[in-house]
Amino acid sequence: MNLDAPAADVALDAFRRDTRAWLEANCPREMRQPVKSEADICWGGKRFKFQSDAQRQWMQRMAERGFTVPQWPHEYGGAGLTHAQAAVLREEMAALKCRVPLQSFGIWMLGPALLRYGSEEQKRHYLQQIARGEIRWCQGYSEPNAGSDLASLATRAEVHDDHFVVTGQKIWTSYADEADWIFCLVRTDSAKKHTGISFLLIDMTSPGVSTKPIQLISGKSPFCETFFDAVKVPRANLVGELNAGWTIAKYLLTHERDMISAIGERAAPRPVGRYAAERLGRDENGRLSDPVLRSEIARFEVDEAAFRAWLKMVGEQARAGEAHPALSSALKYYGAELNKRRWELMVAAGGADALEWEGERSQDGAAARAWLRTKANSIEGGTSEVQLNVVSKRILGLPGA
Amino acid sequence: MTWILDEQRRMLRDSAQNFLAERAPVSQLRALRDTRDAHGHSPALWRAFGEQGYSATLVPEAHGGLGLGVAEAGLIAEQIGHTLVSSPFFSTAVLAAWLLRTAGSVAQQQEWLPRIAAAQTIVTLAVDEQSRHKPSALTLSAARDSGGWRLDGHKLLVVDGHIADAWVVAARADGGTALLLVPRGTAGVDVERTLMVDAHNAARLRFDGAHVGADALIGSVENGAALLDGVLDVGRAVVASELLGLADEVFERTVDYLKERKQFDRAIGEFQALQHRAAELFCDLELTRAIVRQAQAAIDGASADAPLRVAQAKARACLTANRAVQEGVQMHGGIGMTDELELGLFMKRARVLQELFGDAAFHTDRAALLNGY
Repeated sequence: MNLDAPAADVALDAFRRDTRAWLEANCPREMRQPVKSEADICWGGKRFKFQSDAQRQWMQRMAERGFTVPQWPHEYGGAGLTHAQAAVLREEMAALKCRVPLQSFGIWMLGPALLRYGSEEQKRHYLQQIARGEIRWCQGYSEPNAGSDLASLATRAEVHDDHFVVTGQKIWTSYADEADWIFCLVRTDSAKKHTGISFLLIDMTSPGVSTKPIQLISGKSPFCETFFDAVKVPRANLVGELNAGWTIAKYLLTHERDMISAIGERAAPRPVGRYAAERLGRDENGRLSDPVLRSEIARFEVDEAAFRAWLKMVGEQARAGEAHPALSSALKYYGAELNKRRWELMVAAGGADALEWEGERSQDGAAARAWLRTKANSIEGGTSEVQLNVVSKRILGLPGA
Repeated sequence: MTWILDEQRRMLRDSAQNFLAERAPVSQLRALRDTRDAHGHSPALWRAFGEQGYSATLVPEAHGGLGLGVAEAGLIAEQIGHTLVSSPFFSTAVLAAWLLRTAGSVAQQQEWLPRIAAAQTIVTLAVDEQSRHKPSALTLSAARDSGGWRLDGHKLLVVDGHIADAWVVAARADGGTALLLVPRGTAGVDVERTLMVDAHNAARLRFDGAHVGADALIGSVENGAALLDGVLDVGRAVVASELLGLADEVFERTVDYLKERKQFDRAIGEFQALQHRAAELFCDLELTRAIVRQAQAAIDGASADAPLRVAQAKARACLTANRAVQEGVQMHGGIGMTDELELGLFMKRARVLQELFGDAAFHTDRAALLNGY
């Protein structure tokens, strides 16, 4: 080590050593295997069935150290890490192949919203539960008649002295049938649009709440419809001011877009071109033997490589404080469209094999289902058209609406 | 940092931007075209490139240069793209400088590099023979004879070919590829200036038993093909930057126009049909910037994936610039078709830069082969 290193570097090196030693001592061997199926993912919550003692132990140990939500403050269950320390933790976890100990909409979405907009009492009550994986949350935003135009939502919350009465329907609530609580946008003033919406926390076991899973074109899905029939919700469950929920919603949507565009940044998926060449063969010059399909794949892979470079560029810009906040919309748009293209080509290269829907050979239609599922990429979390609106208005400064 | 410019690069970019905006606006290219200027560029501007140090970018410090990399050359090319400068920068300060600094003999380096750094000469590379770029199929032959080389064959799209003091000619030779430095005035070389759609310099060369000495060879015949690949990739990465700068400029002008132009009592930029196309183009520009900078960093870092990155960058830059100029003309409407508006000059230049050293089809095919299919 360089003896002249600044104190901050020395401290970060020390943090790295401590963290590595702790992870080595505390991460069970089973939790260092790659995630293979949905059951390997720990969502926490009252109704969660741990796959193994190791999975439970890993979540609890990480939570005790504040590492399930490393950058949240200590008093709310976090470890109070800086950006740099959190990056070190991610790197060390990756080096040891540690699984993510706990993931949830509470960590990704509600937590950041409460940290910014919640009362002190709400922070103390809810954030610890999220950090420890005790409560599983779902998100109630979209409604059958409020999709892209989310602010037209109609689920009504009548305001009473010490409680609300909520009536209406949400749709696309992921994992609503397994969640303990829901954070919800509700209408508290029907005379106004954006300024008549409030952000409410609702216990899913309250009388009048029911859920129904939705089957997609790709088959079984985590999406549900959630119904509220005169559900009584305590006034204390309101986050922020009455009728000021839209600000929180907008803040969270940005988070969601970041998450979706980050999908491209995860482990590089299988290269389409090589997959196709292995299946369909090559000509004497080493070119994929289906020339028209080849040119489409090759064009896709050029765009994919450029998109990956773009993600890295935006990362660098963000660290330097130079990234335009609306870039997440541009990345979300492009990443979603790219993934759809990828799966069109994967299914084309797979041919009839990729079209089987059931049976062991096709792993119950894994390819066909994955292909169909990507069609939602450009709809969920804001459609491609909405993202393009955001880019043209906020980045390019084009007039209108 | 691969993508964000550090202080030094930022200063270089700003300097080139200000210098070119003042000394070489688009009107200069128009004037060169309309007067059918014999040089096809401004010799005074080229001398000023020397004073600014731009021509010295890739020349090593030992030869009076700055010893910088392709990333820096790319930043200058990007600014050249903004005002469509006709300049020997690409032929001389990029292609010839890189070749000589990489493989030139001591004598060749001493003779040429200081003059390149000072912008006191013009040297270019002659590669293409067919109307589509195909460097793997050279037919111009270099045969050893009486202590030197005899050249027979032809070249086209030789940038600055009619004003160069020397051409580096890529030739098929026994046992490999020869890159031969042929001085202007060599007997048996016929030069035809070709007036091109973009009003930038190009020439066709015919070699009919032209003779040069043994000391004309740059590098060796055995490594000639690799050297040619290397200089072509450097050229492609720099052309990609010029395309990027050109596309940025057209996009900026087009977005401004969308905000100004009124039809149906409102700015046409309020129409979603145009907004979405502009937003898609914004994405194309950003990811092109990202892959171009990555390719240049790969070359400067001698990374093994440099050829793949360059192919991806050149392909992407061609596609993006092509889309930018087409949307530029379409969104400007009728005025976009007039010669008076500068947009047409950008479209013409973009087309030539796409063709130069391989277009999107060429490089997409190459990227696929490099990826194993």
